[in-house]
Amino acid sequence: MANRLFCTFWVGDLFFGVEVERVQEVIRFQEITRVPVAPPEVSGLINLRGQIVTAIDLRKRLGIEPRPEGEDPMNVVLREEDGVVSLLVDEIGDVLEVPDSLREPPPNTVDEVAREVIREVYKLTGQLLLVLDSESAMKFSAAS
Amino acid sequence: MSDLDEVIEEFLVESHENLDRLDNAFVQLEESPSDPEILGAIFRTMHTIKGLCGMLGFSKLESITHSGETLLSRLREGQLQLDQEITNALLATVDAVRDVLTMVEEGGSEGESDYSTLVATLQRLASGESAAGLGEPDRQEDATGVSEFAEAGLEEEETFEAGEASSPDLRDPTPTEPVKGSAEAEGGALASPRRRSVAESSIRVDVGLLNKLMNLVGELVLARNQVLQHMVSQEDPVFQATSQRLNLITTELQEEVMKTRMQPIGNVWSKFPRVVRDLAVSCGKKVRVEMEGRETELDRTIIEAIKDPLTHLVRNSVDHGIEEPRDRISSGKKEEGRLSLRAFHEGGQVNIEVSDDGGGLNLDRIRDKAVSRRLVSVDQVESMSDREIGNLIFLPGFSTAQKVSNVSGRGVGMDVVKTNIEKIGGTVDIQTASGEGSTIRIKIPLTLAIIPALVVTSGGDRFSIPQVNLLELVRLEPGSEGLEMLRGSPVYRLRGRLLPLVSLNDILGLVSHQDLASHQDGVENDESREHGERALNIVVLQADDRQFGLVVDEINDTEEIVVKPLGTHLKNISAFAGATIMGDGKVALILDVLGIAQESGVASGQVHAASVGDPSEAAHGQRIAENHETLLLFQVGGQERMAIPLALVDRLEEFSWNDVERSGPLPVVQYRDGILPLFLLREYLGGCESRTEESETLQVVVLSTGDRWLGIVVDQIVDVLEESFNIERRTRRRGVMGSAVIQDRVTDLLNVEEVVAQLDPEFRPAPRQDERALIGGGV
Repeated sequence: MANRLFCTFWVGDLFFGVEVERVQEVIRFQEITRVPVAPPEVSGLINLRGQIVTAIDLRKRLGIEPRPEGEDPMNVVLREEDGVVSLLVDEIGDVLEVPDSLREPPPNTVDEVAREVIREVYKLTGQLLLVLDSESAMKFSAAS
Repeated sequence: MSDLDEVIEEFLVESHENLDRLDNAFVQLEESPSDPEILGAIFRTMHTIKGLCGMLGFSKLESITHSGETLLSRLREGQLQLDQEITNALLATVDAVRDVLTMVEEGGSEGESDYSTLVATLQRLASGESAAGLGEPDRQEDATGVSEFAEAGLEEEETFEAGEASSPDLRDPTPTEPVKGSAEAEGGALASPRRRSVAESSIRVDVGLLNKLMNLVGELVLARNQVLQHMVSQEDPVFQATSQRLNLITTELQEEVMKTRMQPIGNVWSKFPRVVRDLAVSCGKKVRVEMEGRETELDRTIIEAIKDPLTHLVRNSVDHGIEEPRDRISSGKKEEGRLSLRAFHEGGQVNIEVSDDGGGLNLDRIRDKAVSRRLVSVDQVESMSDREIGNLIFLPGFSTAQKVSNVSGRGVGMDVVKTNIEKIGGTVDIQTASGEGSTIRIKIPLTLAIIPALVVTSGGDRFSIPQVNLLELVRLEPGSEGLEMLRGSPVYRLRGRLLPLVSLNDILGLVSHQDLASHQDGVENDESREHGERALNIVVLQADDRQFGLVVDEINDTEEIVVKPLGTHLKNISAFAGATIMGDGKVALILDVLGIAQESGVASGQVHAASVGDPSEAAHGQRIAENHETLLLFQVGGQERMAIPLALVDRLEEFSWNDVERSGPLPVVQYRDGILPLFLLREYLGGCESRTEESETLQVVVLSTGDRWLGIVVDQIVDVLEESFNIERRTRRRGVMGSAVIQDRVTDLLNVEEVVAQLDPEFRPAPRQDERALIGGGV
């Protein structure tokens, strides 16, 4: 069975992964220009070498309490179908190679928001790797 | 350089590109012979070349491409199947065109080669006579014919290249201006191989590369800014000088790179007069071209994208729009038709209009045709407005021309125009009036363009406002007059007109240090006004046909911005048109003025001047009334300040006591060939002696009615100001109507009527007409 590579990161105490092919780059905190009247999940806009990229706060998306004062988020920049989007996360983890055998669908018991954005779960030793369904993670404008 | 040279050079460069594209397309076509998209693309390219050849009078080229196009159109319609032979013939066509182009480039003419065999082959193939039907030998002949051309082309090319190689000058890396090249050519060195080929004299750069450059420059600007910040804390003079130099170079580089992307639309238009003239001549028409807004700058990508559609539209207008001279005369128009091109920025978009004063669209014929071609159903057509019917011409497969002409027709054109414009996010619309002509309006969003913008700050964030929407800026000092609440909506009197005000902070839900309400409170409540209010900044904007004032915290500066689209999550926020990166590398949102106007209800006409109450009515009421008036402030009798509505004042004059004469009990002066009775206000008010010193000049406020004047003598003129004030206290004091706090001081309002009645019972001061109109009401 094939192994897959994930770029991992933490949001709160959740350990997420996104397929490396989707990730354009990971960058430090960038100054964010907030966008008034935007959906709350949208933190604002960042200047990524001349390109304007929407930054989405994963904590907000997941309904986790806001990041503590003074802690700057990291940007996981994803190449999506309709453009480049940056996810604001707490901390960046390693790139992990994970065997397919550890994969399972997310359990039904997790709350709705989580089920929306978690596509599958890898049972790593001592840690669950939640694979982010980035497309669903970025669908919220209709809801809010 | 003459226009023609320029046109031909452009044509050459363009055609070479088109030919390269054709080569590729043919290769693709061989892999999938019936792909309608590839066939369509080939057909259109051939059509474009043909059109251009026709325009420029290259008849040989035109006949070759015309035959090729005919063959292609049969293929496209599925009447013929592509086979080896047809492919060969088409490739030979491409080669032949390339050869002739080389000849044109070299010598300015089409050369001597004869292509009639090729044309015949193409025609024969197009007529459906397949090789199989005619037998083997014929095909052989054709094939030979074809390869002959190919070889001939090859040979010529080689000769040309050899010629180049043999002259070492040509390899001189110093770029020669095309101007020089053509001057040389005109100077007799016509067929000289020294002349640089057109394709070499200019470089075509991929726009993607320019964008990349632009982004890099943006990064450089960021780095520069950081260096400059660092420089402040450094004392090393060398470092400082170097930083300054870096600063300058970066700025210049940024400007230049920006410029590489911008072009005035005139560049595209410049070839139209010639195109129109030639076309008009060939149609036996007379057409005059008018252009407006040729300096409107467009992003290079847009210019490229609209070039072909525009050419199509212009040609269509001349070919189908403008009538034959005798038809024009019989319908009472000038013999000469008018084709006008207009470009302008509006509502954050670039508008391009192509209009003619021709016969307009024949809507009945369009209707019939659309139905007969099964583009729309009869029912659909029934319920369509004229405008919708007019826009049917943009449907694929629609062509109203009765005869397929050399110039336009064949059903390419309008649908291609539409597709190409929609590709860059634009829209096309046609408006037509029977007998009066049609106007085709293209709207292109500014997402690709660089625009000047005003940068403002509100709620701590910066926003940019496209300057096309900007009318003026108004700054209201704290406590100044003019701001009123109209049924809960703030309005400002801008030179007598009511300007609805919209707070950007309210619209965007931003917190600011001040808002309209508190400013308004300041007017009503004297205490709060003293709490250090800041000035109110109003950006007067135009949205469609309406004006409104956008209240922002701060007005910063103007800046050229590159508009970048917002991501999908933010696209539907109507208040924003996009975002941009400011000089310091930070992102700022671009306000969509129309969107804001709609959101705030300004554009939907909710705010109406009709509900304005008459302030003079209110003043007569028992309650404390609020007034807005331009007042003349003056001093009389020591510290006492008084005010009189400026509307009643005709002039301010100074007289010397020596000029004062007596007429009966009244002091008078001679004034404008008449007598001006003077009213000594201080005596009247306080009864004290006003004549303090003989040398003192008299300050006189002159009121007038018709040809009669009356002068009120005051001690000193203090100020003229527009104020919002409340008459706090009614009084029975002589000559005083009441008191109000004006400029933080208690000021008595002169009861002009009473005063005047003392002097001349018949005299009623009339507000000056213009003032009245301006102020919109007296006290």
